[in-house]
Amino acid sequence: MLENLQTLIETARADIASCRDLQALDEIRVRLLGKKGEITALLRSLGTMEPEARKQAGAQINEAKETLTALLEERRQALEAEKLAAQLASETVDVTLPGRGQTIGGLHPVTRVRRRLEQIFRNAGFTVADGPEIEDDWHNFEALNIPANHPARAMHDTFYFGDGRLLRTHTSPVQVRVMETQQPPIRVIVPGRVYRCDSDMTHTPMFHQVEGLVVDEGITFANLKACLHQFMQALFEKDVKMRLRPSYFPFTEPSAEVDISCVVCNGSGCRVCKQTGWLEVAGCGVVHPNVLRAVNIDSERYTGYAFGMGIDRLAMLRYRVPDLRLFFENDLRFLRQFA
Amino acid sequence: MRISLQWLRDWVDTGDDVPALTHALTMAGLEIEGVERAGPALKGIIVGEVLSVTKHPDADKLNVCRVSTGSEELQIVCGAPNVRPGMKAPLATIGAVLPNGTQIKRAKLRGVESQGMLCSARELELTEDSSGLFELPRELQTGADLVAALALDDTILEVNLTPNRGDCMSVAGIAREVSAARGTPLHPPAIAPVPAQISDTFPVRLEAPRGCPKFVGRVLRGVNGNAASPFWMQERLRRAGLRPINAIVDVTNYVMLELGQPMHAYDLNRLHGAIVVRFAREGETLQLLDGRTVELKPDVLVIADERGPLGIAGVMGGEDSGISSATTDVFLEVAFFDPNTIAGRGRRYGLVTDASQRFERGVDPLLQERAIERATELLLACAGGQAGPTVVHGLASPRSVEPVRLRHDRIQKVLGAEIPANTVADLLGRLGMKLESSTGDAQQWRVTPPSWRFDIGLEEDLIEEVARLYGYDNIPEQTAQIEQVLTQWSERRVRNERAADLLVDRGYQEAITYSFTDANWQSILLPDAALPLANPISAELGVMRLSLWPGLLHVLRENQRRQQQRVRLFEIGRRYDSNGSETEVIAGVAAGDALPEQWGSESRELDFFDVKADVEALLTLAGERSKVRFVAESHPALHPGQCARIWRDDRPAGWIGALHPAHAARMDLTYPVFVFEIETETAFAAELPEFREISKYPAIRRDIAVIVDEALAADPLIATVREGGGELLKVVSVLSVYRGPQIQKGMKSIALGLQLQDTSRTLTDQEADAVVARVVERLAKQHGAAIRDK
Repeated sequence: MLENLQTLIETARADIASCRDLQALDEIRVRLLGKKGEITALLRSLGTMEPEARKQAGAQINEAKETLTALLEERRQALEAEKLAAQLASETVDVTLPGRGQTIGGLHPVTRVRRRLEQIFRNAGFTVADGPEIEDDWHNFEALNIPANHPARAMHDTFYFGDGRLLRTHTSPVQVRVMETQQPPIRVIVPGRVYRCDSDMTHTPMFHQVEGLVVDEGITFANLKACLHQFMQALFEKDVKMRLRPSYFPFTEPSAEVDISCVVCNGSGCRVCKQTGWLEVAGCGVVHPNVLRAVNIDSERYTGYAFGMGIDRLAMLRYRVPDLRLFFENDLRFLRQFA
Repeated sequence: MRISLQWLRDWVDTGDDVPALTHALTMAGLEIEGVERAGPALKGIIVGEVLSVTKHPDADKLNVCRVSTGSEELQIVCGAPNVRPGMKAPLATIGAVLPNGTQIKRAKLRGVESQGMLCSARELELTEDSSGLFELPRELQTGADLVAALALDDTILEVNLTPNRGDCMSVAGIAREVSAARGTPLHPPAIAPVPAQISDTFPVRLEAPRGCPKFVGRVLRGVNGNAASPFWMQERLRRAGLRPINAIVDVTNYVMLELGQPMHAYDLNRLHGAIVVRFAREGETLQLLDGRTVELKPDVLVIADERGPLGIAGVMGGEDSGISSATTDVFLEVAFFDPNTIAGRGRRYGLVTDASQRFERGVDPLLQERAIERATELLLACAGGQAGPTVVHGLASPRSVEPVRLRHDRIQKVLGAEIPANTVADLLGRLGMKLESSTGDAQQWRVTPPSWRFDIGLEEDLIEEVARLYGYDNIPEQTAQIEQVLTQWSERRVRNERAADLLVDRGYQEAITYSFTDANWQSILLPDAALPLANPISAELGVMRLSLWPGLLHVLRENQRRQQQRVRLFEIGRRYDSNGSETEVIAGVAAGDALPEQWGSESRELDFFDVKADVEALLTLAGERSKVRFVAESHPALHPGQCARIWRDDRPAGWIGALHPAHAARMDLTYPVFVFEIETETAFAAELPEFREISKYPAIRRDIAVIVDEALAADPLIATVREGGGELLKVVSVLSVYRGPQIQKGMKSIALGLQLQDTSRTLTDQEADAVVARVVERLAKQHGAAIRDK
């Protein structure tokens, strides 16, 4: 019987080693260890043996059972690993194929810059204000110290509706609207659409401006310089230089044009800055006392500064867009460059 | 304004460093926009003197001339019709190069040798005149270098003057600024009064003394109306951008450019009775120098004679009384007009003249006497004649200038820079301001601006003057010390930025289109009246948009023409009704396939529900989707069967639909095209989220399929299911909509998935079945729905 056991173990060992799948392995397990299995049958036959022989044979059979169980388990693990490996191999994809589904669109470049400057000013405690685009003469001109027949009106090619109303030529009327409803301290910016009856290489009849207004006690021209210079550096993420040139706006005094060192050539001279090294990017000044008076703010106690700049122009400089008109043609091949 | 540097140097020391000068002027507020040479670079061109002219033996139109170079005689063949012995003309000698690149060589013309070339003004690119040789003044030295002889070596500065600085619209004015900016003294040319040689005067009546408080007149007789002004004067006029006409007109222009005082010369013999300065009478007309006849209004100041208006005061003269070549007697008008009386009047007639620009900004009221003496002196020298006495009508000093208080500490308060009091006094003094120090605790002055400044009436006006001469560069940058106030930041409104980002993430590209549009294009979509612009830039941009669709659809068409098949665009902006009231909306258009072309998925045309999903996503940003309803209504722009009005509770919030195919065809758009437009104020009023208990117990799922009438919309069906389901019914979803052979015609089958759940216990199957039974019963009762058997 024990010779048989040895043969049985050897046969089983060979069967297990050559087994190729888990199902066949399980069949081997049942053949050996199942209720009617060969080892089970041997164990059962122990009952008919002499006690001394039984003890010895029992130990051998149990040893054989443990050996076979271990062999079966080892083989099972190996086959499981093979199976998983095969499954994984069969599931391999070409990771270089493009993803499926919807692709994203993009924001307009003017919006990108507009959001950026709003964020920069919000971080400094400014609020973002808004006003009507169809304006009256008072807010667009009169309250800004530009009476009828004033030569400065010729600088604004105004769209009219024929009933006294007009399309705002700048965002400055919102200055007036803010000050009509709010007392200092005031810190606002006003981004928005503005309109001038002008269309050529460098002008579109609609464009975007952002107005800034700060009114409080002790506000000075020196504060204006600091604010604008910091803004330009923040917007362009560059150590740009800035200079103010005396100019004239009816609603500020002193008034200035704002030049920054060219963001393309860093001031060494290029096509964008017409070899001057400077770019004119904004107008600004100390709020004119007549403007404060028009909205009943005490111009002795309070001073303020205001500035205005073209968002489209800033976007052109930021993204090197050579022609303003591209912004309003909305060619998808252009717009997608800013996604 | 264009200004000759040579001319400026007659008045003030400008130094030789032109870039330094232009920088100084720019940084003082007179922006120098351009610097150009006055004339072409000419080398080897000299003043030639024609000694003799004989016919060319072999050519009818050519002459053979002996021309002196001062040191030798040359033989020059010349075809100019005006060549004659004794004339002086530019001579290009052998080796000279003309501005067009032609090199002058020894040459034979029809067999006769020519040792150079006599030139026209055009050939030297001095003027456009090519009718003959450029006749040079007799007084030029024969053989002299032409550039030196004609002072062509000049620089023109292009000054961009701001509207407040009318006082700078002259050589004198710019010279004053150079003097102030650089602290160098002025040396204006002396102007001596010209004594009267005859006693003739002409009567002047000032009937509108507020508009014209001062009028200086003078009669000149025996003047040669044919005379031309001297070359140097013509050259200065040209460099300023004016065309020389004749001596009389040129002198008036010259004095205007030099001193800033516009003046007018009348043909004395064409004046009737007297000069009257008055306001126009209703219905009066005037023929202008440019030939147009305009109707005048009673707020327009005119210069008239006893017969009627001769010209618009301070703007333009009339045709009838002007100077002609037959003129022998001249009446000079040199007036001061109140700027407010002149302002805007010229523009009303489309006239922006050298005179109106100066008068509406303000001309020095003390300048008229000097100007008329200067003009008389020049006129007599150029055109001969005899002058009558200068007569001042009205007030010699018509404008009183009030001193302005300037506090030293206010300068610091406005500028944030500490500028010493003596510096302030020095800077203002350079500008011709008279300062009186007031005694008191703090330093302050009473400042009287010079008579030529019309822009100084407030303390801030003076502070600006101090600042610009002190130098904006010298004012420090100083961060403002401001109270820290936290700003309000509402959560009850979906930000437009969030909405834009959502659409971008769903594949939309943002566009920005004009707020005005083409009335015809817009009316294809929207028959309502739009607000028209009175002065549109073109008919294509003639009316305010009633919707963002016209602009976006135009962009869609242009992109489709550029082979962009799949287009998703949106815009946030305002629309304007016919009254001009503005509503902010977010609008979109979508065309082409549902998904970008890709592998592994069938391409499918976009449909209503693709776009509806985008709109639902937008609306869900504001909170409960259940507050929003899509109701089938009709819209003129949209497909009648694929069009919904969007309601938020009981407020209309926008539209969504397929563009009407007929409109798409008229607009030349490739179908399908879907559009939406949502009013941000209504749609984006956001609700704060509020916590609801989450059930710990499992949910039970029940699906039902009901057969209903084709016309029954999903919304009321689902509403009934919700009513029937009560609190236990958490989610209803539409699983399928089926029409086809298995269903009776005119009916459809809708499969719904119901999710049931209680928050306090596990539902039993019996309870779930009871809820479903209730739902089915209600559906049957309210909609005649029948349960569909499997």
